[in-house]
Amino acid sequence: MSTLGRLIDAPFEALQRRLGAARMPYVFVAPNLLVFGIFVAAPMILNVWYAVTGGTQLMPAERPFVGASNFGELLDCDQFGVIASCRQDRFWRAVANTAWFVPFQVIGLVAVSLVTALILNRRMAWRGFFRAVFFYPVLLSPVVVALIWKWVLQPDGVLNALIVAGGGARVPFLLDPSWAFSWTVVISIWAHMGFYTLILLAGLQAIPADLYEAAEMDGTPHARVFWRITLPLLMPNMVVVLVLGLIRAVQSFDEIFVLTGGGPGTATQYIVQYIYETAFANQTHILGLAAAASILVGGVLMVLTMLQLAATAWSKR
Amino acid sequence: MIRFLTRRRGGARADWTDWFARIYLLIGLLVMFGPVAWLALSSFKTQTALQEFPPSLLPMGQKQVALPGTERPLPVFLVPQPDGVAQERVMVRRVGLEGQFVDPADPARRIERARLTAVTPVRELHFAIENYIEPLKQFNFTRFLGNSLFVTIVSTAITLLINAMCAFALSKYEFRGRDGIFIFILSTLMIPITVVLVPAFLIVTGLGLGNSLWGVILPPAATPTGVFLLRQYMLTIPDELMDAARMDHASEWRLFWRIILPLAAPALAVLAIFSVVWRWNDFLWPLIVLNRQENFTLQLGLAAFQGELQTQWHYLLAMTVVTLLPVTLVFAFLQKYITTGIASSGMK
Amino acid sequence: MKTLFRRAALAGVAAFLPAFAQAATDVRIMWYSDGNEGEVARDLLNRFEAANPDIKVVLDNVPYKMIMETLPQLVSSGQAPDMARVTDLGGQADQYLDIGPLVKDRAYWEKNYATTLPWLRPAGNTTGIFGVMTGITTTMPIVNETLFQQAGIPLPGPKATWQEWAVAAKAVAQKTGVAIPIAIDRSGHRVSGPAISMGAKYFDGENPALVDDGLKTMTKLIYDWHRDGTMSKQIWGSVGGTAYRGANEEFANGQVVLYFSGVWQFPQFAKTIGDAFDWHGVPNPCGPAACSGMPGGAALVGYKSSKHPAEVARVMDYMASEPVMAEYLARTLFLSPHAGIAAKGVAYDAKTPQLKKSLEAAQANLLALSPTAFRLQGYLRNRIMFNALIVRLNQAIAGEMSLDEAWTRMTSDVADGMKAAGVR
Repeated sequence: MSTLGRLIDAPFEALQRRLGAARMPYVFVAPNLLVFGIFVAAPMILNVWYAVTGGTQLMPAERPFVGASNFGELLDCDQFGVIASCRQDRFWRAVANTAWFVPFQVIGLVAVSLVTALILNRRMAWRGFFRAVFFYPVLLSPVVVALIWKWVLQPDGVLNALIVAGGGARVPFLLDPSWAFSWTVVISIWAHMGFYTLILLAGLQAIPADLYEAAEMDGTPHARVFWRITLPLLMPNMVVVLVLGLIRAVQSFDEIFVLTGGGPGTATQYIVQYIYETAFANQTHILGLAAAASILVGGVLMVLTMLQLAATAWSKR
Repeated sequence: MIRFLTRRRGGARADWTDWFARIYLLIGLLVMFGPVAWLALSSFKTQTALQEFPPSLLPMGQKQVALPGTERPLPVFLVPQPDGVAQERVMVRRVGLEGQFVDPADPARRIERARLTAVTPVRELHFAIENYIEPLKQFNFTRFLGNSLFVTIVSTAITLLINAMCAFALSKYEFRGRDGIFIFILSTLMIPITVVLVPAFLIVTGLGLGNSLWGVILPPAATPTGVFLLRQYMLTIPDELMDAARMDHASEWRLFWRIILPLAAPALAVLAIFSVVWRWNDFLWPLIVLNRQENFTLQLGLAAFQGELQTQWHYLLAMTVVTLLPVTLVFAFLQKYITTGIASSGMK
Repeated sequence: MKTLFRRAALAGVAAFLPAFAQAATDVRIMWYSDGNEGEVARDLLNRFEAANPDIKVVLDNVPYKMIMETLPQLVSSGQAPDMARVTDLGGQADQYLDIGPLVKDRAYWEKNYATTLPWLRPAGNTTGIFGVMTGITTTMPIVNETLFQQAGIPLPGPKATWQEWAVAAKAVAQKTGVAIPIAIDRSGHRVSGPAISMGAKYFDGENPALVDDGLKTMTKLIYDWHRDGTMSKQIWGSVGGTAYRGANEEFANGQVVLYFSGVWQFPQFAKTIGDAFDWHGVPNPCGPAACSGMPGGAALVGYKSSKHPAEVARVMDYMASEPVMAEYLARTLFLSPHAGIAAKGVAYDAKTPQLKKSLEAAQANLLALSPTAFRLQGYLRNRIMFNALIVRLNQAIAGEMSLDEAWTRMTSDVADGMKAAGVR
């Protein structure tokens, strides 16, 4: 052990002598919570203030208090369940689109990431290279991802060239609402799966090899080994993938926005696009409405996440 | 049956699961990496070639020949001759629907006329290296690179340290407020970053960090994702290891630094990769904090090729490729830590 | 793992720390570019610095997104740069610095920039000088003349109507097998010129009023064109929201007969089309009310919060002076906001005959713009109208609502937007 290591140890050991071992957990969380509180939590609290104030002013002190009227405006519909009758019809279209988008995206994402992680965990030649291959799209900026997929999907794009070469007829992928919707699911999985694959790949390292050796000696069938050993031991990391996957699916925005702008019509307009356009794209920055929408979405997400965590905690019993 | 799903296979002979894995990897190579490789090739296309469709795979351009006495190189076409065979000719000028061509080998430069619908451009491989050279000249590249490196390295170091400490406490101790802290951290993931940009901007400038690289480094350092990821991973590390060390009177810090951290190496490597990628590619947040060019990161400098109505794609793509190189190296280096061997040693 | 940390730490220390040494009379300009504007401005400002050693002009070349999204926040929180090149002319006009009392020759400004000075004035102000347009633009059609020649159909004349152009473009497309007879940029600003030609007024007295018979005529026409194939869904159909979508790539590939965009496309087309076909700008098509497009352009403005107002005014004076402005325009190929230069004609650095012809047509179009177009361009809250127009019209074209519903929604969107902006 080097002198550097001892140098780092010393102040923490002094702290422990003063505070006692029982208080050490607070020492460990303190730096993170400090940075987090100032730069993440405080803006969130300010966001709540924006949601209950109106006007276009940016400075919080200059904004008039309007109570729940921003929420009221979002929820204001003449007829229940009829989007066209809502005052903020674009909000509800975005909500409906997102509700369709999320289950497809999350299930696809988790399945693809899991299979990829299992395969990339095998011993093989060029393993590092293949890990990079699946991770690479994560490195690309949304603008570049959108450009690539435009090349692939446009009427004269690669995919149509292949279809025509195979004797088929051209498909207007980005002009047809259901095609466009499906492709946003695919693109979003393509662009982000590397992230989740890597988390699962790390999780697989934590499964002790001796468990597999024991199972092999007992002659346990492989399917059973997967369900009895791999999956349960991977569970804490699967939770990360499920929770983050869901949250980020609901917040899908960047590359889809650059590629389709939410079109055709509003077929691929998801909730963050509504929030973004309300807050920034108009000349008047309607921050109150955007903040209110973000809080509504955040509330729903919170409930879903708690359900996920509760379900996994329950399944462990 | 799903043998390959269940274990890391040794060097035994190939069975069908190996074939499945190979085919999967091949498809992955095509679908995941193909577009990226194409992007890299396209960064060598001229502005004109980039807009062509159907888009070509390789950077192709029309063949051009410089004739003595002409200002610019002239385009070459295949022009059908009276004998029915098409020959390469240089177009000297175009008049409406007709072109005037000369044979580059003919010193007399006899003019041939042909309708443009009858001729085909001769295309050849053409690498537009100027896409790389021009912006590197204009663009304060070394400054932006230095800023990006500083932000990425410092921010990643801070993130790894404080996230790991926090995750360690949340996963290995029972203390009052633990679950509250965890849910509090997790809950901030729910609000999309887009709406929080304005209040976060006000706080950062209120603290005097506007237009400072620290304003870009500190706010994203305490990532909820990192805490969550590391906590979940540390949950899988058996507590018995710590109990044994406590018997030897190791301090709590030593438990963290000497036992848990090394065992969490795969997850730390993953977080390090993420952090490097996030900070290196960060755009929205630096866009708001940094607005003086001497503080720009590479991504901000790059985005300046996007105007209101035009995007200079040829420069943007070339510089994108340049910015991808360092992260590729970081990935290649760090992914080695995502390997087994540590976790198994402790369990007996 | 230890070594990993140690290496990261060492590298962190080794990375150099940016220095913050600054001179006292820095003037900072936040500047975005579509093409070579930044380069040209830097070149001109270098000469300014040589002649004025007491001022150093720092030109920050920033992404356009920073102008649109970050700058308003900087301005509202009192951290604006000294100057900026902006496109939302009226949005934060109340924060602009009135350089009127500081400029060398007020009469020069008032005489030469009379048309565009009001665009930068906040509501109620009729005399201030708040900046200079860095060139102006006009929206206008660009045609692929080679396609007309191939089809053997003559170009419609200068007073041709939109309907006549549509018939001609469609016939040309049919004969030549080209996919897109007419393409219009997907932008509320672009659609507004033709709408004004059809009689749209945009204002009812002092109040904004988007939907009227003129606007209905033009939006109906665009709606119908998407039905009968005169306009391709390829351009508008594939995007939604307020997203801008041009057809410049399609036009450069020879797939569009008439492309309604603006003068800013010329330099790019000169490069990407080269000599592949004959293209040039043509006069704006007519409607019963006018033959109009929309003016536009970016402005260089100063901010009240600047600590060096006198220096800002000197930079402005320099950029607005006749020789400098003339050179800037000649090299960036924008139209002249300066009456004197416009009268003499800009000596454009136009290398091809197509470019020359297009710029001549553009100057003629600029003179023919309707006063309504100027009023709309100078209106503070015009983006609320542009966005409502494009979002709802597009939804109608995509079949999500009827045209009638779209008009109703446009009206309510504008009302909501104006209310949020505090306009009564």
